[in-house]
Amino acid sequence: MLARRIIPCLDVRDGRVVKGVQFRNHEDVGGIVDLALRYANEGADELVFYDITASVDDRTVSPDWVSKVSRSIDIPFCVAGGIKSVAAAGARLASGADKISINSPALARPDLINELCDAYGRQCVVVGIDTFEENGSYRVKSHTGDPDKTRETGRKTLEWVEEAALRGAGEIVLNCMNQDGVRKGYDIKQLSKVREVCSVPLIASGGAGATEHFEDVFKQANVDGALAASVFHKSVIAIPDLKADLKARGIEMRL
Amino acid sequence: MSLIIVDTGVANLSSVKFAFDRLGVSAIISDDADVISKATRIILPGVGAAPFAMKAINTKGLTPVLRSLTQPVMGICLGMQLIFESLEEGGTQTQGLGLVPGKISALDTKGQPSPHMGWNTLTKTNDDPLLEGINDNDYAYFVHSFAAPVSDITLASSEYGSKFSAIVRHKNVYGCQFHPERSSIVGAKILENFLKVPA
Repeated sequence: MLARRIIPCLDVRDGRVVKGVQFRNHEDVGGIVDLALRYANEGADELVFYDITASVDDRTVSPDWVSKVSRSIDIPFCVAGGIKSVAAAGARLASGADKISINSPALARPDLINELCDAYGRQCVVVGIDTFEENGSYRVKSHTGDPDKTRETGRKTLEWVEEAALRGAGEIVLNCMNQDGVRKGYDIKQLSKVREVCSVPLIASGGAGATEHFEDVFKQANVDGALAASVFHKSVIAIPDLKADLKARGIEMRL
Repeated sequence: MSLIIVDTGVANLSSVKFAFDRLGVSAIISDDADVISKATRIILPGVGAAPFAMKAINTKGLTPVLRSLTQPVMGICLGMQLIFESLEEGGTQTQGLGLVPGKISALDTKGQPSPHMGWNTLTKTNDDPLLEGINDNDYAYFVHSFAAPVSDITLASSEYGSKFSAIVRHKNVYGCQFHPERSSIVGAKILENFLKVPA
């Protein structure tokens, strides 16, 4: 039986792992390879590395640390940040990344999703979506790495999820920005709505603060994976305990 | 012993090489037919779409050598699918390497999200040295939309909507639908076993 995935997210800035609250006020939480190894050994099912300054600074992910991570860990990982071309994605995959994730560049030029799918296959193309609730409607934002550069895209979240999957995304990571870093639980209502229209694997992001939040998002929003950062970086929840608890509560987990 | 990872031009070569590095074995990445034919063991990796992959292999002129191998060979993910006789993808039929009997087709997920992505359990269906130390319900990491049906050559199956072959073996040729290089200790054990299967 397919297990639900627990996915620590490592926001990378200047070669270090950092974490902010609602995408602001970043603090240093450790070295990239050190944390990657720690989480892999603790039973993380997959890792995601977001170079959070990449899109806004108009640069790409360093293949150097991608290769170091690939050499060190024996679980899959995804890299994101400023990948705007097929060649840039290919360089990261060649360095050993299993998937690449695109966010702002996909919004700027949606054909990039099709091009990546054609070149490398749907299985390695992840589309990250930063979504914000305003007046009861879900909207997509771009360039969220820097609050001063964050832009409204004019796109509705549900429509963008469907379009991304149609264009060749193999997975969607939905970052619910209202919930990010505040540890009050995933946005179950929004994730359930997205689940209904999303034909590819869906990963919940933003808001994890307790074991119950993971239980709720798997049971109520039926997501394939749950991504979290601060609860793991700050050792609020230990991954082995989390997975054992979720398994005991009837959720399929790889222990 | 020489372990060759075939450079198909469409694979995540370094992650497979790194997995063997972690086992203390230095693999050589090559697309040289002569080097491949003389290797002790051969890995055929692959990701992406089958028509592109077969075209890349044919362009490199590797089809004859891959069909002539008698030493242990292991196809991984798309590489596993390419060892079959034919692959049906998007309504078109691609001729595979034909190293093992059977046909690849779309995995019927019964309405669940596709691709099949994540950690799924293995169920052993046949004994084999490759499965030494592997138990039923061990997890492996899968990411694919197409699959081989369960048949006589299946060593282990998995299920996502439908049952399919997770590991196959026909004579000297093995195939893993999942990524052993990304399947933690279970995957490492399978790669280690592959290095020991009788040549």
